[in-house]
Amino acid sequence: MSLTLLNAIIAVVIAIGFAALNAAYLVWAERRGAGRIQRRPGPNVNGPLGLLQPLADGAKLMTKQLIIPGGADKALFMVAPVLAMAPAIMSFVTIPFSDVIVARSMDLGVLMIFAFASLGSMSILFAGWGSRNKYGVMASVRAVSQAISYEVPMLITVITIVMMTGSMNLHDLATSQAGGFWHWNIIPSLTSPLMPVSFLIFFICSLAETNRAPFDLGEAESELVAGFHTEYGSMGFGLFFMGEYANIVIGASLITILFLGGWGCPFGLFPSVFWFLLKIYLLIATFIWIRWTFPRTTIYGLLNLSWKILIPISLFNLLLTAGLLKVF
Amino acid sequence: MNPTIALSEAPGLFTADGLVGLVFLIMLATTIIGGFIACNAERLVRAVAGLIACFIGVAALYYYLNSPFVAMMQMLIYVGAVCITIAFAIMLAAPEEKKKSGPAGPLTGPLGLVTAGLVTFGMAAMALKTDFIPMPKINMGTVENIGVELLTTYSMVFELVSIVLLIAIIGALVIARQGRSK
Repeated sequence: MSLTLLNAIIAVVIAIGFAALNAAYLVWAERRGAGRIQRRPGPNVNGPLGLLQPLADGAKLMTKQLIIPGGADKALFMVAPVLAMAPAIMSFVTIPFSDVIVARSMDLGVLMIFAFASLGSMSILFAGWGSRNKYGVMASVRAVSQAISYEVPMLITVITIVMMTGSMNLHDLATSQAGGFWHWNIIPSLTSPLMPVSFLIFFICSLAETNRAPFDLGEAESELVAGFHTEYGSMGFGLFFMGEYANIVIGASLITILFLGGWGCPFGLFPSVFWFLLKIYLLIATFIWIRWTFPRTTIYGLLNLSWKILIPISLFNLLLTAGLLKVF
Repeated sequence: MNPTIALSEAPGLFTADGLVGLVFLIMLATTIIGGFIACNAERLVRAVAGLIACFIGVAALYYYLNSPFVAMMQMLIYVGAVCITIAFAIMLAAPEEKKKSGPAGPLTGPLGLVTAGLVTFGMAAMALKTDFIPMPKINMGTVENIGVELLTTYSMVFELVSIVLLIAIIGALVIARQGRSK
């Protein structure tokens, strides 16, 4: 496989383009979904069904003045939005969209995505702290404690699945579930009877890791104005927004690959990239649905859920799966 | 083994190899600058940011040394866990603490420079004089191979690391208990 500079540049452009396009139109989908759930139209003026709204928003954000509040830590303030977006784009490198569509199939794909995801909470920390705003600092404290608590059950669940498959390569993880929905990891099998529970844990953790409601305590607007991005205007705010949606796409792709058979068809026919896209957009629709129907939890409820419920269950599931793998 | 490459054989900047080399140099610079920030920053949060940059640079160096597993673990553990924990500790401290530094030790000033120079010289001399033996690649970095290696060839190291962690936990408990009785 010859890697030329042109190939590398094209791959980077495709990754950024895919992330940006998704971010722009998921914002539209979110606002339309919110409108539908709250019985109001949502953005419907610009273009058919409001489809040109993201372009207008983008133009507005890019032409606004960049304001850095006085007394803010300038370097951290500028670095934080970049850190929100960069890890998500890095993660696109190793996500296989189908049997052949993958930028680089790494043996440690899962590990790499989690390694870079850990940078995301750093961006919230720097944003909140750097803007020298009390709300921002509160949001940082919350985001950091949230990141500590929810990475643990998420990684334990991933270990359970990696143990069953014996590989950390996302491609191998997906192909091990090929052929029909009864092969998917979400379906309980002899060696892992608690798989639907694992799926639920992973789903909740990805909601929490992407800072989505009901776990969006980092930007709880009823308590903290806008949390960590209170002081951000123009494209700094835009990057946080895009980063959030890019992370949602990564989370949905991970759930699809780990639990829902990747690019496989539910009936074992014609595996292709379209199944993969269908699954991730269904998951994202569920994310949006959950965001606009559940009230926000409190920070104590959030931390208790992780430490007292999710971590014990996922640990028990890990031990159970290890034992059953040894027996059968 | 001759580490130098003739300039005529060096890859051009706008080829894939040249780009790889450029990224390597950027990562080296990230490591060094991050280390400087971590040591010299006035604000603790900036020091953590420098530390993160330094760790990312080191992870990249591991990647260039053909050990992606160590690189990813470096990112996951040092950036994702250690730095987050340090940040957590800073958050629990007072937010606007004035910089307090103890009395300068005997190694500040010219003596410190001399020491740093000697250490750098020694390390550089060691790196240049050592006859590096190319080692065979141990495994392809799959989970199974790493597990087998850890529990067979490197089981001693594995046990020692567990003891270090055990001591750390006991130490933390002892400190926490003392704090509670006050």
